[in-house]
Amino acid sequence: MLRFFTRRVLLAVLTLFAVSVTTFLLFFAAPADPALTMCGSRICSADAAERIRTTLGLDRPIAEQYAEYMKGVFVGRDVGTGSDAIHCPAPCLGVSFRNHLPVLDILSKGFPITISIVLGGAITWLTLGLILGTTAALRRGSPVDRFSIGFSLTGASMQIYVLGLVLVSIFVYQLGWLPRPTYTPLFDNPFKFVIGMLLPWITLGFINSAAYSRLSRAQMLETLSEDFVRTARAKGASLRTVNYRHALRAAITPIVTIFGLDLGASLGGVVITESTFNMQGMGQISVQAVQNLNLPVVMATVLIAATFVVVSNVVVDMLYAVIDPRVRLS
Amino acid sequence: MAEGKHAAPGAYLQVEDLKVQFSTEDGVVRAVDGLTFSVERGQTLGIVGESGSGKSVTSLAIMGLHNRKRTAIAGKVLVDGRDVAAMPDDQIRRLRGQQIAMIFQDPLTALHPYYTIGRQIIEAYKIHHRGASKAEGRKRAIEMLDRVGIPRPDKRVDQYPHEFSGGMRQRAMIAMALVNDPELLIADEPTTALDVTVQAQILDLINDLQREFNTAVIIITHDLGVVSQVADDVLVMYAGRMAEYGTAQQVLREPQHPYTWGLLSSVPSLHGDADEDLLPIKGNPPSLINVPPGCAFHPRCRYAMLDGGPCDIEIPQLLPLTTPGDSGHLVACHLSERHRRDVYAQDIAQVGVAQ
Repeated sequence: MLRFFTRRVLLAVLTLFAVSVTTFLLFFAAPADPALTMCGSRICSADAAERIRTTLGLDRPIAEQYAEYMKGVFVGRDVGTGSDAIHCPAPCLGVSFRNHLPVLDILSKGFPITISIVLGGAITWLTLGLILGTTAALRRGSPVDRFSIGFSLTGASMQIYVLGLVLVSIFVYQLGWLPRPTYTPLFDNPFKFVIGMLLPWITLGFINSAAYSRLSRAQMLETLSEDFVRTARAKGASLRTVNYRHALRAAITPIVTIFGLDLGASLGGVVITESTFNMQGMGQISVQAVQNLNLPVVMATVLIAATFVVVSNVVVDMLYAVIDPRVRLS
Repeated sequence: MAEGKHAAPGAYLQVEDLKVQFSTEDGVVRAVDGLTFSVERGQTLGIVGESGSGKSVTSLAIMGLHNRKRTAIAGKVLVDGRDVAAMPDDQIRRLRGQQIAMIFQDPLTALHPYYTIGRQIIEAYKIHHRGASKAEGRKRAIEMLDRVGIPRPDKRVDQYPHEFSGGMRQRAMIAMALVNDPELLIADEPTTALDVTVQAQILDLINDLQREFNTAVIIITHDLGVVSQVADDVLVMYAGRMAEYGTAQQVLREPQHPYTWGLLSSVPSLHGDADEDLLPIKGNPPSLINVPPGCAFHPRCRYAMLDGGPCDIEIPQLLPLTTPGDSGHLVACHLSERHRRDVYAQDIAQVGVAQ
């Protein structure tokens, strides 16, 4: 058990290292000269560009620069030299080329927004998907089943920006039931937080629930035909016990896996949802950074997104061992 | 209906003219087509037949485990005088696991992989003992595991099915089935998934427990060895109907139906001549959607009387043998009794386990 987890965690660290190296190399592969970007849009003299290059340490070997970057992540560093130096405390993910702010400060504004959208959306899509999928499987061939299939087909073929804008147009502008979706920090005003996030949650939740209802329907149908479900019925267990304690318990394992991975991937940024509702989350920030060739921000967002994916993988593996006793042995 | 022990009134389980049909997209499957038999407490009935002969469908019908929406069940299944076939599901549920219990073929898939053995046995106990506490259930589970010969039951009770060996798993399954002292135990191929050495142990265990609790037992199998080891009576099924019925001695030692002959002569015997060829039954069991006319076995029967003969036209009746001293032995075959005895003595008695 312990060995299993140690191995998973080591593997995760290794993956992150590989990701960080790869992204760092992107700095040099990218068709952009950071010095020119920093110099500004006006014509930059070769002299000025050269000076920037030296202060940023861009003229040093790549390995040295990477070491410097990683040092910043763990202990902090000063970016630039002399009077231009910007202090960037740990965990330092670099300094923006544009406004000379530590990248972390920029990201820390976007992250709460993304996490709020994603967590609420994830709860919505998991609940909706599970309820629809299991009910459909338990009443196979019934109107509920057909509705569920139709619902997931609609969800799967719908686009977030279409549904999102339709919902805003109906509930905000026509009915006036909700204010325009905005992000209010949860602890500032919980009520405003929920009201403001409701439409993004519903939009993201509805569209992603399609896959979950299909998956849970298929899983449920499969486990319902398992021998151990028949055994439970042969014991005289009630229909409820058979369906939920025996069948659903076994069907839920792969759903937890997919959910964990989806959650991890989404936390890196949900670009379309964020831009549909005009919220400056991680997704929006990274897209803008790419457009502006603001490489430190790009690199940081890539690293953070990768961290979420890797960490969620480890968490899912651990959860798996909790859910399925057979995993604990290997 | 033919006279005989197979329809004994007052027996614990009486199945009368049971018919089970499923409607599928390809047509109606007549899985069981008019089956009558009975089992008394303390007795063991072996139901023998190839896959698809309707054995398991019969057992599921007794347990009331068929999906009612897709299954049409006719006839009677009297358990202790009450007709299970006509009972609403919530009433059968009270019988299931309490009065009628079942053991399944593959104990690995039949046990829930995510729950401990103990928890599964306790669940079976508590369903029918509503007031019982967890501690009582646990005590009972340990007691049952001990009873079925699992060493260190107080440790094993907290283990998961995958931590048990195949034989131990089947023992645990039996412990779970017997936790409420059922009066009827149905064992559906209980040893098929097990090693040969373990098979005998499991059969002995079922035998011992039966003697101890005076349980009525139905063992469903395609293995004649199993039947000869444990069954008092044997019912041979083919295509959802009864081909032959009698005591184990009658069916295994003086079989009268060509299908039973086929089953016997396709199993090698330890005592026989190793060079002697086995005589397997040619062909495959028929589709139950499209059962051959007349005797369902006729296309595979070496002795079928065709060309105007009755075998491909008329369904043979299940009739008792007339030979004195062979009462209760029923056969559904158009061949004359004498002809069958001659053929058996000449052709069959020398081959496979029949000898």
